[in-house]
Amino acid sequence: MKRWLVALGLMLGMQSAPWARDSDPPASLYHLDVALTDQSGQARGLDLYRGHPVLVTMFYASCKATCPLIVDTLRATERALTPGQRKELRVLMISIDPARDTPQALQQLATERHIDTTRWTLVQADENAVRGIAALLNVQYRKLPGGEFSHSTVVALLSPQGEVLASSGKLGGADPALLAKLASQPIDN
Amino acid sequence: MTRALLIAVLWLGAAAQAAAPAAATPAQGRARVPGATFATVLPPAPGQKTVTVAPFELDRSPVSNADYARFVASHPQWRRDRVARVFADAGYLRHWPNGTGPAAANAKQPVTQVSWFAAKAYCEAQNARLPTWYEWELVGAAGSQVPDARNDPAWRQQILDWYARPASAPLPEAGRGPANYYGIRDLHGVVWEWVLDLGSMMVSGDNREQGDPDVTKFCGSGALSMEQKDNYAMLMRIATLSSMQASYTSSSMGFRCATDAATK
Repeated sequence: MKRWLVALGLMLGMQSAPWARDSDPPASLYHLDVALTDQSGQARGLDLYRGHPVLVTMFYASCKATCPLIVDTLRATERALTPGQRKELRVLMISIDPARDTPQALQQLATERHIDTTRWTLVQADENAVRGIAALLNVQYRKLPGGEFSHSTVVALLSPQGEVLASSGKLGGADPALLAKLASQPIDN
Repeated sequence: MTRALLIAVLWLGAAAQAAAPAAATPAQGRARVPGATFATVLPPAPGQKTVTVAPFELDRSPVSNADYARFVASHPQWRRDRVARVFADAGYLRHWPNGTGPAAANAKQPVTQVSWFAAKAYCEAQNARLPTWYEWELVGAAGSQVPDARNDPAWRQQILDWYARPASAPLPEAGRGPANYYGIRDLHGVVWEWVLDLGSMMVSGDNREQGDPDVTKFCGSGALSMEQKDNYAMLMRIATLSSMQASYTSSSMGFRCATDAATK
């Protein structure tokens, strides 16, 4: 039944995601219907961390310049949290380079950078999906003739329902504005 | 940047009345555009001034209010009373008297007050897509008889004249403007138009944090620089597009759809 509904939705060209809920706030990113594939090859939805505060960023794995700093920045943000906050927080890194960032490449990056994939997920999405997500996060990016990308670095903090609570362009350390928003999030434990 | 936008808005409002003789009937369907290599105002990389565009097809006219109302009827999640705010701001379809369609007098005008997400969804529902900036720039360079009229002073002046008209004039009907070399109408002088790669139109004005060592906004080669600085009409368009976020709507922003050219 559910699959039939999803198929019907696809036929109608529905933009709203099959996992979107009536309770999702109008500004929730979880309305966007995009198919993601994580570093283990598993299909995921944009709301894979629904119910948790999430740091979301866009990147590409082969970037040698500023981009490794994105992982450092996310780590610094985690380190600045209380243990209770850290336990709740999730991190979603979305690749803008679907051609090269295969699940294998993402897994390799996760291994090289000692990323804890129980709380962090790296995903790829097709070009059209990347466009939609980048538009929601206000990430600007462009594929360069040599296959590299130029992109703006944005770390967004999502509420458990997928609303952007704060967005930061700061690289290299935790952004106090993000931390303040995180601190104001209710924690279950 | 803000000032550029302001000027752009002032000019565009202006554009509402097309100058040239109206076509007897509005143009229908898509025109095939052969692939081409041309000099762009937005170089893809430092030192590279040309881009190559593959053959594609582009709507001869902007999408009208009536067209868009048909889409909303079959895709009610895009009604203005149902759309998720994350996809369209509060101005979405504000000019319609109700949630289902335009006033009769506006039915044939280009639809405006639609966000990038909405325009993209409309095109996807037609098994199409928005044109890329380079596709748009290629056809936007055409005169009535030549594929590239950008160095023709008369052509340039005509576009600037359009932009100098008063903002209070109502929009003309879509598809009534003169056909260009490709048989495409209303590219200039009616509405700005969304492009698919809106998020790639990085221009230096946006790279404002460059002076702060703690903030590196751009990863990679950074912001683009613009060429052909005397090509005001194109630069206005880029200034406008790069100031728009994907959920924004505007009374002067419409769109048309494209497809890859069918393979022979």
